[in-house]
Amino acid sequence: MGIVIFDGVAYGMLLFLIGVGLSITMGLMNFVNLAHGTFAMVGGYAASVLMARLGLGFIPALAAAFVAAAVVGAVLEVVFYRRLYRAHPLDQVLLSIGVVFVSVAAFTWGFGPSMQPFNLPPWLDGQVSLGGFEVGRYRLFLIAAGLVVFAGLLLGLGKTRYGAMVRAAVDNQRVAGGTGIHVQRLFFLTFSLGCGLAGLGGALSLGMLGLEPTFPLKYLVYFLIVVCVGGAGTIVGPFIAALLVGVVDMAGKYYLPEAGAFLIYVFMIIMLLLRPNGIVPRKGLA
Amino acid sequence: MMNKRTLLASLVLAALGATGAAQAAEPLRIGMIATYSGPYADYGRQFDAGVALYLKEHGGKIAGRPVEIVRKDTGGPAPDAAKRMAQELIVRDKVSVLTGLDFSPNAYAVGAIATQAKVPAIVMNAASSAITTSSPYVARLSFTVQQVTDPMARWMLKEGIKEAYTVVADYASGADAETAFKKAFAAGGGKVVGGVRTPMNNPDFSAYVQRIKDAKPQAVFFFFPSGVMPPAFLKVWKERGLEEAGVKLFATGEATDDSYLDATGDVALGLITSHHYSYAHKSPKNEKFVKDFVAQFGTSMRPSYFAVTAYDAMAAIELALAKTKGDTSGDKVMEALKGLSFESPRGPVEIDPVTRDIVQTVYIRKTERVDGRLVNVEFDKFDRVKDPAKEAK
Repeated sequence: MGIVIFDGVAYGMLLFLIGVGLSITMGLMNFVNLAHGTFAMVGGYAASVLMARLGLGFIPALAAAFVAAAVVGAVLEVVFYRRLYRAHPLDQVLLSIGVVFVSVAAFTWGFGPSMQPFNLPPWLDGQVSLGGFEVGRYRLFLIAAGLVVFAGLLLGLGKTRYGAMVRAAVDNQRVAGGTGIHVQRLFFLTFSLGCGLAGLGGALSLGMLGLEPTFPLKYLVYFLIVVCVGGAGTIVGPFIAALLVGVVDMAGKYYLPEAGAFLIYVFMIIMLLLRPNGIVPRKGLA
Repeated sequence: MMNKRTLLASLVLAALGATGAAQAAEPLRIGMIATYSGPYADYGRQFDAGVALYLKEHGGKIAGRPVEIVRKDTGGPAPDAAKRMAQELIVRDKVSVLTGLDFSPNAYAVGAIATQAKVPAIVMNAASSAITTSSPYVARLSFTVQQVTDPMARWMLKEGIKEAYTVVADYASGADAETAFKKAFAAGGGKVVGGVRTPMNNPDFSAYVQRIKDAKPQAVFFFFPSGVMPPAFLKVWKERGLEEAGVKLFATGEATDDSYLDATGDVALGLITSHHYSYAHKSPKNEKFVKDFVAQFGTSMRPSYFAVTAYDAMAAIELALAKTKGDTSGDKVMEALKGLSFESPRGPVEIDPVTRDIVQTVYIRKTERVDGRLVNVEFDKFDRVKDPAKEAK
């Protein structure tokens, strides 16, 4: 029982790490960015290539993954996304799903269709004893990383000047602009941050999910579940949702393997019926 | 998405060999229906490599005629597209043989067209047992899931394993493997103590592995399609310390597919699998095959069982046309294919005269590190294994 919950929490943390960036871009900036997985993939490839070919350590590789995904996000923001902030959501969906297909083809061309090799560093391999349970070190690391990112975002968006500006710009762009906030630059930075977080999540997922060019499509549905169930635009919502999804998925597979991965969708439907705007809805939606 | 791609790869080869009378010969057109784009694009690359190797060895000719390969990309399992492509290949491109066929649904769809048009279809991979029974114009040179699963069960019994737990991916081939394993294992006095079918798109196997750890079976047999699933499963298997807990692990060769073995890494070390081809197979024919493969395509891509089957398919067409004296009419070619036997890089192979399915040696292999690379080292074998799903009938 305990180990199932632990695994579920670790898995949920991974979903949170990858999905929280989507919550930021989708909720705060009102941009339906289906290409979120692409940025996670950029981070994953950056980390695995740097580790395999240049012998970089796991922690520097994680930092590099964040930077790589943020830079790619920044470039795409300037070239494409910027033009569609006020566009109809359908246009945003079309653009971002297009980015997904292009990225799948580009990565297949550049890295081949097969999976990227990855080995966990020795200090993350194996298990440690914790409160009577044998738990995986890597999973423990995921939980720690998730908590650090969660706390960092809460503080960053809730307590800093930058966070206050972001919240102001989201609530009312025109007024925020009128008070002297450079909204475009702010969105540019926020979008890059969201992409960087996706990249970090992608790199952290290397030990669990296999990385191949179809990654952005394969796991898209999981990211969307986390953000929709949690409530787009918040940090706490996706955090709770990711943990719930992780634990439900894990417990379902352990106790009811016949139902398989089906349970998670049932869970999503029930949650959306109960709380259509998410567990923690954004202000003004509740 | 490119779904129509016609490349005339053999023209250069044909030009090299065209030094005399053969110049006038009408090219032999072979229609290749395979996956060249998307997540399974590796299949098409391997097929092409195998075909190109055979043609290079034989001056670009089969039965004295220059060969023209017409390629069609299905982009994955897409029976409707495969069916339409088969029609196009027969009607417009006038191909004499259809081949490729990596996915079983595609092979079934093409088999129906082959029957109508009386054009031979040679299966290079699709492993569903009933494909050859579905059409009299289909012959298979690859393998069936049951054919490689059944020997694994028998080998485990031979090693004194009495109880096993099965883990398979929840799709048609997974179910086939589960059924074949249970049948063969029970027939030899073993007992299957439990089993689980995992969803195809499963990111994390820890819950399943934990379940196995708590059930403590003597051994586990698993079947997953090659790709991301086996490494994900093996990672959790190692992390959870199942090996230390004394649970033995066995699988079919998909788990240590040569195309993915480098990326799978050390978690595959020591795993015992059963399959019909490892590129480390010890035979002069295979050593030459691998050497030529490396010379032409480098070491970044390993010859997998896809490449070998593609190579063998060309050999089979050549041998069949030698029997028919160049006649490419469907009925004669099929008659010639029946009972064909020859030496393949994987060892001796035959085409069963009754079922038109392959009869071959299935090897038991162990993943080891040889000269710094992970390879499947064969150490035991079952000779002349027929498809057990058909023998039963």
